[in-house]
Amino acid sequence: MSIVLRGLRPYGEQPADLVLEEGRIADVCAPGRGVGDEVIECDGLIGLPGFVDLHTHLREPGREDAETIDTGSHAAALGGFTCVHAMANSSPVADTAGVVEQVWRLGQRCGLVDVRPVGAVTVGLGGVQLAEIGAMAHSAAAVRVFSDDGECVHDPLLMRRALEYVKIFDGVIAQHAQDPRLTEGAQMNEGALSSRLGLAGWPAVAEEAIIARDVLLAEHVGSRLHVCHVSTAGSVEVLRWAKARGVPVTAEVTPHHLLLTEELIAGYDPVYKVNPPLRSQEDVEALRHAVADGTIDAIATDHAPHPREDKDCEWAAAAMGMLGLQTAFGVVVETLVATGLLTLRQVAERMSQAPARIGRVANQGGDLVPGAPANITVVDTISRTDVRARDLVSKSGNSPYVGMALPGRVWHVAYEGRITVRDGVVA
Amino acid sequence: MDSARTVLDDADISRAIRRIVHEIVETAKGTESLVLLGIPTRGAYLARRIADAITGIDGVEVPCGTLDITLYRDDLRLRAVRPLEPTSIPPDGIDGRIVVLVDDVLYSGRTVRAALDALNDIGRPAAVRLAVLVDRGHRELPIRPDYVGKNLPTAVKENVAVKLREVDDLDAVELSEVGA
Amino acid sequence: MRHLLSAGEIDRDQAVLILDTAAELGAVTDRSIKKLPTLRGRTVVNLFYEDSTRTRISFEAAAKRLSADVLNFSAKGSSVSKGESLKDTALTLQAMGADAVVLRHGSSGAAHRLAHAGWIDASVINAGDGTHEHPTQALLDAFTIRRHLAPEGGDLAGLSVAIVGDILHSRVARSNVHLLTTLGARVTLVAPPTLIPVGVESWPCAVSYELDPVLDSVDAIMMLRVQSERMQAAYFPSALEYSRLYGLDAARLSRLPEHAIVLHPGPMNRGMEISADVADSSRAVMVEQVANGVNVRMAVLYLLLAGDGKDAG
Repeated sequence: MSIVLRGLRPYGEQPADLVLEEGRIADVCAPGRGVGDEVIECDGLIGLPGFVDLHTHLREPGREDAETIDTGSHAAALGGFTCVHAMANSSPVADTAGVVEQVWRLGQRCGLVDVRPVGAVTVGLGGVQLAEIGAMAHSAAAVRVFSDDGECVHDPLLMRRALEYVKIFDGVIAQHAQDPRLTEGAQMNEGALSSRLGLAGWPAVAEEAIIARDVLLAEHVGSRLHVCHVSTAGSVEVLRWAKARGVPVTAEVTPHHLLLTEELIAGYDPVYKVNPPLRSQEDVEALRHAVADGTIDAIATDHAPHPREDKDCEWAAAAMGMLGLQTAFGVVVETLVATGLLTLRQVAERMSQAPARIGRVANQGGDLVPGAPANITVVDTISRTDVRARDLVSKSGNSPYVGMALPGRVWHVAYEGRITVRDGVVA
Repeated sequence: MDSARTVLDDADISRAIRRIVHEIVETAKGTESLVLLGIPTRGAYLARRIADAITGIDGVEVPCGTLDITLYRDDLRLRAVRPLEPTSIPPDGIDGRIVVLVDDVLYSGRTVRAALDALNDIGRPAAVRLAVLVDRGHRELPIRPDYVGKNLPTAVKENVAVKLREVDDLDAVELSEVGA
Repeated sequence: MRHLLSAGEIDRDQAVLILDTAAELGAVTDRSIKKLPTLRGRTVVNLFYEDSTRTRISFEAAAKRLSADVLNFSAKGSSVSKGESLKDTALTLQAMGADAVVLRHGSSGAAHRLAHAGWIDASVINAGDGTHEHPTQALLDAFTIRRHLAPEGGDLAGLSVAIVGDILHSRVARSNVHLLTTLGARVTLVAPPTLIPVGVESWPCAVSYELDPVLDSVDAIMMLRVQSERMQAAYFPSALEYSRLYGLDAARLSRLPEHAIVLHPGPMNRGMEISADVADSSRAVMVEQVANGVNVRMAVLYLLLAGDGKDAG
């Protein structure tokens, strides 16, 4: 079975026919010249390598009322992703080979995206004892990214050990940078607005101080550090300094931190409650420029589904997190492409190639050339569509974008040479 | 409104008040037990004028106050919330007194009904009488005035506006078509 | 007005209207028959997720004087303590035909959420939400200050008010800063820096870390309760040190201008933020504050419930 993507413009450049065969790009040839069993007319649409998300909460096992690996895979595919990293804070926590293999197998069974389990750094995310990192790395799931996301690995000695330990198999620690003492009971960004709304503040320094400590630790032990969901201008400064020193650190930013600001919280609608919290417009600007200059390596969704009852309540009682998979590309176009901050080749780097490298994911984040894996997302950047609740295939509905019009659209997705999304619908 | 027609001018109003004053003093057989209570806004000014006129005749200071009936209205929920007007009951109260309620226009009678309810919560007068500058008819309750400045037959679609110097720069009663 | 959620939402004219209405309604309190028929047939629910007997009783008295039916729904021993969500409780109250819900809740924004989440049609009155606001407390404070220091009515232009204590966690302070400045007063917050929120520079008031320098220029001084758990959380070293630096005692009282009054939202920590002799002095107006609270709450209930529910003008 071979498929021709006819008239596709890789990275928005010259049109070509891409012939996909046996999971690979078999040929790239002049438009109209490609031959295959099935032809998909792309007619000038843009081809990008399939997106790779370093940060997804799929909630299975344990909170299947919020999301399952199956529904999350559907949302990911419709968002243009061909690979997602499933965070470890499931129930039970993904801190053993058994759990990560289960997650990986369920992803395989669904077959829409490559579900890469993230292993917990510490047992039960407890921050006390290292989890069986080696066993997870050597399991069938071949885990390379370890994170206690949701919790910060706060103990500096434990963090140092974790950083050192994952060197055995070239893994990476993805740190949720949040000093727990400085953020006790924290509800939103600390500043003028939190003082007026009477919500306990989540100060920027609680993120920045941990990042500063961690980059120094990573430098000291020579290990790879990845910083999850960077949210402040100060964090960007610390990362820029660390990268200039040659520290092996990478960082991600979420779409929502590139678009939304804390002002939205004034109505106390918990759909805007997320951790780290929405910040100021200055932070948003700093984060966008950090993505543009490469200080921030990757866009990661932090897709965090929550059932309705966990958001249909008062602010303090609400769960933190928002959906992100289906809207990520639109937000990236809105904040980075339409603003001229990123070229389409850079979008491919930040949404596919860099995250695949950071997660050491084989067969993802390739180039659109013969021989590369046939993981391809076909998009446009022009059409603007309303985000509607009924179009979200996640099991939960906590998207802050419902009612907004976002530019850019995912038309087709090929995963391992198979079409998983055709005309914006799961095939 | 262009079509407003003056039915009482300032001389008419002075005359009407004078007549009301004499009738009040006559029927009360003196002034010592009288209390005047004006219903804000314009009833309060009329009550003040009546009190001053009684003083002019008798040299007696008749206790005069105001009685806001907003909290007793039966139509509160039909309109936007109304600000309260001052209620000031003379220091000796109304128990055992002859209370004369004073209002500018008597129409449905609902304002007076509310005023009677309000009085009931304040004390127990010996009698309550009603003085109005204009009675325009169309009563919806079994209420009649004791002292009337002017009986003014009107249609329901007409509007009666009482203007008093204290707030309106002139004394006049005007009749106009609603919506004209 | 449809709801009263925050003193920050009230403009000057609305604030003066509420105070004027409260003054008129206050006259009723002095008569032998203290009841008015105004809200006959309307239902006011006191929904209290936190214990606050004095606030609840004040709202209850206010509603009853206006002849509203009052239902008390407190967290203890009710479905709320069994884990029922605010939403489900709201739907229950909606089904019971509540016209107004007076909400006391530990979570900032809870009243706002109840008013705007689409769960309920009733008017919502914020009776204290977390560390956000307590607008009727600010209204009764403003009413009390006006009675003493601006008896001719109107606003509080030109008056100077100090609010002393745990500003960080105080909904009373937040509401008062908004309302008193809206009414033209100058507000100075006095507290150790640990009890002043980051971002306070955006508030329309001055801040002093010391109490003594502000004493001789205030017309009213409001002492806030300092909870002992703040001491455990290291906001200040000891109760003794706090009381030395920020407590109002007889010596400090003597340095206030002669006309100045002392307010406290209660309950007081005698010996902590206020000494017993100050609390019992003729300058302290706490008992009046309680009485004025009923009048102000009657005014709010009247203005929210007596009309057709549409905004005037």
